[in-house]
Amino acid sequence: MTDLSPEQGTEAARRRPRRWHILVFLAPAVIIYTAVMILPLIETLRQSLFNVVDGEHVFVGFANFATLFGDPRWASDFWNALGNNFVFFLIHMAVQNPIGVALAALLSLPGLRFAAFYRTAFFLPTLLSFVIVGFIWKLILSPIWGVAPWLMDLVGMKSLFGPWLGKPGSALITVSLVSVWQFIGIPMMLIYAALLNIPEEVIEAAEIDGITGWGQFFKIKLPLVLPAIGIISILTFVGNFNAFDLVYTMQGALAGPDKATDILGTFLYRTFFGFQLQLGDQSMGATIATIMFLIILTGVCIYLFGIQRRIRRYQF
Amino acid sequence: MSKARQSKLRTSLVHVALIAYTLVALFPVFLTIINSFKSKQAIFGQPLRLPGPSTFSLIGYETVLKQGDFVTYFQNSTIVTVVSIFLVLLFGAMAAFALAEYRFRGNTLMGLYLAIGIMIPIRLGTVALLQGMVATGLVNTLTALVLVYTAQGLPLAIFILSEFMRTVSDDLKNAGRIDGLSEYAIFFRLVLPLVRPAMATVAVFTMIPIWNDLWFPLILAPGESTKTVTLGAQLFIGQFVTNWNAVLAALSLAIFPVLVLYVIFSRQLIRGITSGAVK
Repeated sequence: MTDLSPEQGTEAARRRPRRWHILVFLAPAVIIYTAVMILPLIETLRQSLFNVVDGEHVFVGFANFATLFGDPRWASDFWNALGNNFVFFLIHMAVQNPIGVALAALLSLPGLRFAAFYRTAFFLPTLLSFVIVGFIWKLILSPIWGVAPWLMDLVGMKSLFGPWLGKPGSALITVSLVSVWQFIGIPMMLIYAALLNIPEEVIEAAEIDGITGWGQFFKIKLPLVLPAIGIISILTFVGNFNAFDLVYTMQGALAGPDKATDILGTFLYRTFFGFQLQLGDQSMGATIATIMFLIILTGVCIYLFGIQRRIRRYQF
Repeated sequence: MSKARQSKLRTSLVHVALIAYTLVALFPVFLTIINSFKSKQAIFGQPLRLPGPSTFSLIGYETVLKQGDFVTYFQNSTIVTVVSIFLVLLFGAMAAFALAEYRFRGNTLMGLYLAIGIMIPIRLGTVALLQGMVATGLVNTLTALVLVYTAQGLPLAIFILSEFMRTVSDDLKNAGRIDGLSEYAIFFRLVLPLVRPAMATVAVFTMIPIWNDLWFPLILAPGESTKTVTLGAQLFIGQFVTNWNAVLAALSLAIFPVLVLYVIFSRQLIRGITSGAVK
């Protein structure tokens, strides 16, 4: 009954004149994706080249970009947001990913008990919405409630406590660390999965050669999970340069104090949508979105062509 | 003997580290929930105690249920999330099947085109998206959110599902063809049931960002009748910021559905991630 070979199957398929079903299968996804995602994206990029002059929508070339970089008021806001965004990203790379890798390494130790429980607990914050995460931490860090000073007292560091979210010098770091707390589950899970995929034989061979413990982790396992570390880095990059929600919930649309926590997402929101006294400006909003697009695109290209191809992949 | 003791020591150190981070991960949530059941005095007086008979109070929940329209918000979030997931799974699986099953001109190109959305966030098109929604009269409707979230979820869904569909045996499909099944019947009756585990994984991945999103509800559907739980909680807490009972109760109410779903689906979710569904 089923002795038709695959070659004959494709032969039969080739003879059929028009295969409408392919179109039917593809159409809904392609139409929605194109109409709601790709076209608005292109249209937004296009609008960054237009502005309203004397009540008319006209092509202005790169004038919007010139305003963004040249007008001192815009430029200072923009560079501030971009700089903050880089700090935000670097804190994630320096804190979130190493801790995520370390937790994954501990979880993947053979014969560890309660591993499922720990995994579930570590991943929970990732599922909570920004609103919950933002406000919970705002309450905990609030000097009014006093939970944070009390906890720091336990480890004898009460004197170091301050209203971190309210001070320009520490607000950005604090918000970044809250975001790290929220998203640590993602690098942990991806690295954990990669570590589990390392075959037994490789580990056994290392043990026979006397490589165990720390040496085994750094010399054997870490090089093998480098592709996964590449993936978490690019995911962190895209997520961070597109972030908005946490800053908005914790510090409001003005990203206070004194724009110390302003990142590109909140800058885009204020510019495009307007806030309090500031009127919304679609053209400048589109311009900022275009810059964000270019930054993310650059990051993705560096990853795809620069990093991903160079990382050696081991086939097991 | 000493080696055994050494490894025991090592294991306990590992557990100490893991328990320490478990506390870091769970403590804030725990703190919020226990304090939401306490009177205002107790919240400030003894924030770390469990609610006792003298400190127990539901005043926060009463305020939330009286003042905020959380039932509507909850309904909106549920409708948006469920409909979006359904569309992502249906349309995503159909497209994934077309890409995985048939050879046609432009197959690879179509796959790449659909994959752009995995890396480029849909938010960057917000300016034109809002104009489009205004032009079509979809602002302040749940349809707008469903459309956006469907478009947002499709790329990853297609990517993951087509990987899985390539593993479905050709013999099975060809047997179906010989028995006279149409291509549609092969997809719906043979292939879909076989990729059900992958569909569950995709559903969970799609659900989290939709349920938690603040950006699009804020911009596309801020009206009272279309607010989602996330936006509703944000605005409610903003208004009641000095009423700690109400804030803590609202937070606990927002955490609750996530916790329940997580307990039910955590196995599925973690298996999905660790089986390499997101490579």
